[in-house]
Amino acid sequence: MVELTIFALGILLIDLMVPREWKWINAAGAFVGVLFAAFCVWRIQAALPRGGVGFYNSLLVDRFAIYFWYLFLAGAAIAILMSVRYLDVEDEHHGEYYALLLLSVVGMMCMAAGIDIVLIFIGLELMAISTYVLVGFLRRDRRSNEAALKYMLLGAFSSGIFAYGLSLFYGLSGGTNLRDIARAVSAPQNLHHPVVVIALLTTMTGLLFKIAAVPFHQWAPDAYEGAPTSITGFMSVAVKAAAWAMLLRILVFGLWPLRSVYTPVIVVVAIATMTGANFAALTQTNTKRLLAYSSIAHVGYMLLALVAMGTSQPGSPGFSDGFKGILVYLLVYTFMNLGAFAVITSLRQRNVIGDEIDDMAGLYRRSPVEAMLMLLFLLSLAGIPPAAGFLGKYYIFLSLIESGHYGLASLGVLYSLFGLYYYLKIANAMLMRAPMETERLPVSLGMRCAVGVTALATIVIGVYPEPFIRGVNWSLGIVQSPHVAAMVK
Amino acid sequence: MQSHILSIILFTPLVGGLVLLFVPKENKDAIRWIANIFALGGFLISLPLVPMFWAQRFEPGFKFLEGTPNNWIPSIGAGYNLGIDGISFLLIMLTTLLGWISILSSWTAIEIRVKEYYVWFLVLQTGMLGVFMALDFFLFFVFWEAMLVPMYLLIGIWGGPRKLYAAIKFFLYTLFGSVLMLLGILFLYFHHHTVTGVFTFSIPELYKTAPLIPFHYAIWLFVAFFIGFAIKVPMFPFHTWLPDAHVEAPTAGSVILAGVLLKMGTYGFVRFSLPFFPAVVSHPKVQSWMIGISLVGIIYGALVSLMQKDMKKLVAYSSVSHLGFCTLGIFALNSMGLSGSVLQQINHGISTGALFLIVGILYERRHTREIAEYGGISNVMPVYATITMIMFLSSMGLPLLNGFVGEFTILQGAFTANWRWAAWAAPGVVLAAAYLLWLYQRVFFGTVTNPKNEKLHDLTPREILTFVPLIIMALWIGLYPKPFFQILEQPVNQIVQTIHDNSNANAPVNAQVAPAPSSRSKASN
Repeated sequence: MVELTIFALGILLIDLMVPREWKWINAAGAFVGVLFAAFCVWRIQAALPRGGVGFYNSLLVDRFAIYFWYLFLAGAAIAILMSVRYLDVEDEHHGEYYALLLLSVVGMMCMAAGIDIVLIFIGLELMAISTYVLVGFLRRDRRSNEAALKYMLLGAFSSGIFAYGLSLFYGLSGGTNLRDIARAVSAPQNLHHPVVVIALLTTMTGLLFKIAAVPFHQWAPDAYEGAPTSITGFMSVAVKAAAWAMLLRILVFGLWPLRSVYTPVIVVVAIATMTGANFAALTQTNTKRLLAYSSIAHVGYMLLALVAMGTSQPGSPGFSDGFKGILVYLLVYTFMNLGAFAVITSLRQRNVIGDEIDDMAGLYRRSPVEAMLMLLFLLSLAGIPPAAGFLGKYYIFLSLIESGHYGLASLGVLYSLFGLYYYLKIANAMLMRAPMETERLPVSLGMRCAVGVTALATIVIGVYPEPFIRGVNWSLGIVQSPHVAAMVK
Repeated sequence: MQSHILSIILFTPLVGGLVLLFVPKENKDAIRWIANIFALGGFLISLPLVPMFWAQRFEPGFKFLEGTPNNWIPSIGAGYNLGIDGISFLLIMLTTLLGWISILSSWTAIEIRVKEYYVWFLVLQTGMLGVFMALDFFLFFVFWEAMLVPMYLLIGIWGGPRKLYAAIKFFLYTLFGSVLMLLGILFLYFHHHTVTGVFTFSIPELYKTAPLIPFHYAIWLFVAFFIGFAIKVPMFPFHTWLPDAHVEAPTAGSVILAGVLLKMGTYGFVRFSLPFFPAVVSHPKVQSWMIGISLVGIIYGALVSLMQKDMKKLVAYSSVSHLGFCTLGIFALNSMGLSGSVLQQINHGISTGALFLIVGILYERRHTREIAEYGGISNVMPVYATITMIMFLSSMGLPLLNGFVGEFTILQGAFTANWRWAAWAAPGVVLAAAYLLWLYQRVFFGTVTNPKNEKLHDLTPREILTFVPLIIMALWIGLYPKPFFQILEQPVNQIVQTIHDNSNANAPVNAQVAPAPSSRSKASN
């Protein structure tokens, strides 16, 4: 546990000490910091049986947490690779950028590992505040400022509601630990108690806001569009994964006894999310905005898996495949979505913003490799095998079939067709339209690494998923461990 | 000792595609040569399969099995399992042949982005072969969907004026079918687990449990699979993507689309729908619906063909009509109809593939496919006119050529099942003769009416070469179809047997199914 704090501070120090003039050193330092953090996580993983609970029972380092930690670090590392040249072009190369990025990762780690609502909330705020600043990092860009302000106001509002819900749970159970809460709400007389329901609904509002589910999604398109593109990519994967980790911790581990109350709400939200996001995405002409809506749509699919979990017994195929589905989805989503954003980032030139679909036109002429890889990412997002995205969809629909939700499954697959349509809009522009400019696109080394790594991961996970499925299975061994077995009954 | 011939056939085109990636794109002739060498190589490599398969044509079950169950993704029970029976054998041979021919025919037709074109074409080839070889549902689905991507690009990049629209329509339509099929597959997979306790995608294993699904579920599963396959075929109400895709696709793309891609739908019916849901397909109501839309497809496709002004569109709609015959044979549910249907699928691949090549040759010379632009072509292109005549006759089902054998057997099968069905299908044959001969008359006979056509040069040796194997096959099937029926006999009888065993809904559930969970039995049935 001490290691976690040490490396978090270590990253910060490395990052802040470097001189401003050597801009790339900031990035290199941050990158080394992330690698070092990954190394520490690996050490913790090796010592896992001794891991367990720390910080006065507020932090639980289990396989679940470690899985998410790796995910955050991977997301952060790729985002750093993407950022170097982009920030140069934007002329906003400051060390704070990387420091904030790393700080938000620390916050995410707390969210994934916290089993105490106070710690979870602190982690959430640490992450959220860092992200607010990052979204508004392009000081001279009005869109960026507007996005940051919107994001911050709505974010603070939802955090307030979230905190209100948590405080009610504290009042009900007399403890801030999720286990205490689980014990308190599992008493039969409490299940449908109005206060419990209010607490649950307010907490869920906060959670659903953070994962950007309809109707709490309005911040997402604006924030995604205005933020620096590298940050948009980072937000769409790491921040979202952290929010999911928190949601799973609270809803599945903490409030599992209330599943009969919250699952119907999730059904409605999932349908609304898929519908709203897919329809809205159809008409977008800005790639960042389009991908923002698409990422909301993906949240809808993941919520379907949560429905499958909530309506089946722990240990049954429906439950475990739903759980796996969410984790696999977040894993593949990290790579494919970051890859797509990396390609968009590379379109940003001195005097071209490069985030309209028209800017994609004729990309194959300007940079054939990037165009092909972008096609790969888009197909993966659409869930076409053998790209990785199919695996996520596979698990989610399997879990729905296993828990008997045939109607929801059909709805989900039909909406994935919408998805294909708007992804193909980008693909069409890229591959089949004449380019607006003919000069070749310069692609920096860092960007090449980012695109290359994400593409490789997208292909490898898709073609040979076995080790990754094993990894997810390993991380879900948690369900059998005594710590959480007490919570999931 | 496993033979790896299927894997070798499967991956030769893909290797060719990868090799092409390393050839500089300016060097167009080298790219063409390499692509053709790999395409021809892919065909030649598949030839040894013929004697090998012939030697064991009467043995039951799948042959040339490769891979063990669950050797690919053990966590979910998916394996890299290949294997073929008579039905897939014929379709594989058709695919390797047509793949080679279409690549050969693109030599001068494709001038832009040559490298990408051949890479995608070779990838497409591997995808199609994989669909026919896979004995694992997960693997099958991966090939089934992955193959859409190169086809979408072929239409979208090298297609005609409305290529974007056609490409997206093609992709969305076919994906719509396949996602519903995915749900069906997942249900079968989960059902297998509830019955046996084993999660597996192995198709021979699923054959054992799928017929046990209660009727009220099986009917919905059948519908899910049906939509997937019917869009691909395409059957009557689901056919609207086909004319667009065909008209906009480059010639070679149309050849492959008509020759092979459409067969995946009918192959799916034969391979999956019939043995998985025998009780549903043999239900009189379901059967008459299937037959009904097949008949509508036959007549409608032929009538629409009659009034087309664009040659390629005419051929495209004639496919709807011909494939209607294929589905009619399938849902006649007797061995005559089924084997006729599979043979007719091969025939359609040969003759319609050739028809698209024929249209493509004129288009390459004149850049128009309007029938009204032509007339008296036989005066300037005699060899071309002769070849066209042979292929037209083959397509309309003249005796001694391949089309006759297939259609006759199908009609015979339909007649055995219900004479009215055959009676309704017969006008399709007449109409086919009408639209093809009328087309021939307008384009080839008379004097040259359009001065632009006076200077057209006849076929080059390369173009003749593309037709030679097709003509040989058309004559062979027409004159001596017995070997083909022998190859089909065993698998077709097995399917008919399955349907017969399960058709009586009141019959007690077979007790021999449901093996113990521990027995991960071998992949063969």
